[in-house]
Amino acid sequence: MSPERRAAILLALLVVVLVALPWVAGSYVLSVATLILFFAFTGQAWNVMMGFAGQLSLGHSLYVGLGAYAAAGLFFHYGIGPWAGIWLAIAVCVAAGAVIGFLAFRFGISGVYFALLTIAFAEFTRIGFDHLQWLGGPGGLFIKVEQRESWDLLNLRGTPRMFYYVMLALTAAAFALCAWLLRSRAGYYWQAIRENEEAAQALGINTFRWKMLAVVISAAMTALSGVFFAFYYNNLFPEQIFHISRSIEIILGPIIGGLGTLFGPILGAAVLTILADGITELMALAGLEIPGVKQVFYGLCLLGVVMFLPHGIWPPIARRLGLTRR
Amino acid sequence: MTPDLIANVVIAGLLTGLVYGLMALGLSVIFGVVRVVNFAHGEMMTIAMYAAVLLFGALGLDPLLAVVPVAVAFFGLGYALQSTLINPFITRPEHSQFMLLVAVALIMVNALLMTFGPDARSVQVDYQLESYAIGPILIDKARLLAAGMAVATSAALFAFFRLTLVGKAIRACADNHLGAQVVGLNVKRLYALTFGVGSACVAVAGCMMILLVDVTPVLGPAYTLLAFVIVIVGGLGSMPGALLGGVLIGVSEALAGLLIVPSAKSMFSFALLILVLLFRPQGLLGKRT
Repeated sequence: MSPERRAAILLALLVVVLVALPWVAGSYVLSVATLILFFAFTGQAWNVMMGFAGQLSLGHSLYVGLGAYAAAGLFFHYGIGPWAGIWLAIAVCVAAGAVIGFLAFRFGISGVYFALLTIAFAEFTRIGFDHLQWLGGPGGLFIKVEQRESWDLLNLRGTPRMFYYVMLALTAAAFALCAWLLRSRAGYYWQAIRENEEAAQALGINTFRWKMLAVVISAAMTALSGVFFAFYYNNLFPEQIFHISRSIEIILGPIIGGLGTLFGPILGAAVLTILADGITELMALAGLEIPGVKQVFYGLCLLGVVMFLPHGIWPPIARRLGLTRR
Repeated sequence: MTPDLIANVVIAGLLTGLVYGLMALGLSVIFGVVRVVNFAHGEMMTIAMYAAVLLFGALGLDPLLAVVPVAVAFFGLGYALQSTLINPFITRPEHSQFMLLVAVALIMVNALLMTFGPDARSVQVDYQLESYAIGPILIDKARLLAAGMAVATSAALFAFFRLTLVGKAIRACADNHLGAQVVGLNVKRLYALTFGVGSACVAVAGCMMILLVDVTPVLGPAYTLLAFVIVIVGGLGSMPGALLGGVLIGVSEALAGLLIVPSAKSMFSFALLILVLLFRPQGLLGKRT
């Protein structure tokens, strides 16, 4: 069997399992699965920028937050539902990404400096939102929680099962988009830029344009996870959603799973979320409640992976499963 | 708002800025030589602050004296960190190094949270309430002592890099990694020494900062960002730049706290960072590479 065929069969199996999950799993498992899909999707979005095009963003919470506040603000103040809000969220995030990308790439900022610039913009926005009373300020923005018996897809109000399927659809769409992107002209250009930007430029690739495209696509995708976040959790605080620890949480999945791979973000999100939840459960069983345990565990995982598996955990698994050509 | 008030605030900001400057100096020295951005810098700063709190609580040791043991311990910590964790990463890509230190930072800040809890800790020494009056201007004694210690430590650091043979060897590594290896310098050991020296700077800055503010674990990431802002404004790798950047940020924070809302003060630091990154990415005193 060719590797492609094997991959297609495994993917189909995974999809069947994920679609069937809500009919067999309880509400706790479903909430964990939704969280995994949320991080898988957001990680996939970040991966477009870093994994494909090699631009390290440490401020992706900026797009989650802007997307969330755009859609939630529209709903809160004008009663306009999330399906319209999505477009505002995307527009805002694309604009923000374009501004950051334009400034950074036009002025030749790369590597660590680029990462710091993304942090600076996210932190700037966090403090700004803390002083924006119209959107709740530091006290937070709350969306009215309504009855959750039926599926109201139009207003994104409904049962946890509906949210799970929405997130699953988003993750599947992101996976398909990324698979297509990787094989498109853009994907090859991005990988060339990632490996050696000067060489790519020498080959006649307009690196500025393609890097901008990566930032814009990544920002637009992340906007959607922000909208989902707003309507799933119904509350937004600048201190949480824009915080740098949120950005780090987003990027852990793809890095641990495997940077630049399609399955890496999904696998990484699953491994991290399940292990972190397991630890929380164990601590609760032991009657201990110490803040910070989960993050220390995240740190140790990240440390172990960057030291011993610099390409993440997915590539060796893919080899074992015979999914890569030797 | 009287000119006296503004002068008071500017002087307080300037003195605090010198302590910021010393903290950033550590980051700048490490980056200038090892070429690794220490993402755990602010976390190390908070560890030093907690160390001063503990020494004060257990032995009644004044933070001005606690500087010595804490700096020695931090030198060892930095040396160990570089020689065990970071040295193998020197040839790895930039993002890989960055991730390593993000992991270290994450562990440090949350280990502090697990150990000390989220509540603020502080030290109370009697001279924190004293101040000197020069005409209409009041200068806190603790702030003056902290700034003095920061200046003295910076001066010692300058002397170390200018006058000692080891300092010269470290500068040689910074100027030309390959050349330093060719002439037979043990570059990895010198890198570890540099990281130790940079950590000792943070230790001194932390012991001084505890005289001025209370410490909580979440201060760590905030100080990391602050140190980044300062060294990039001043010029990453430039030692005078770090002190200048520290003073600039200290004064602008103090003024922003007075003129606008105190909680928005770091917004100005980040705005300054963005502007400097765009228009003078080498920093105010940095050299273009």
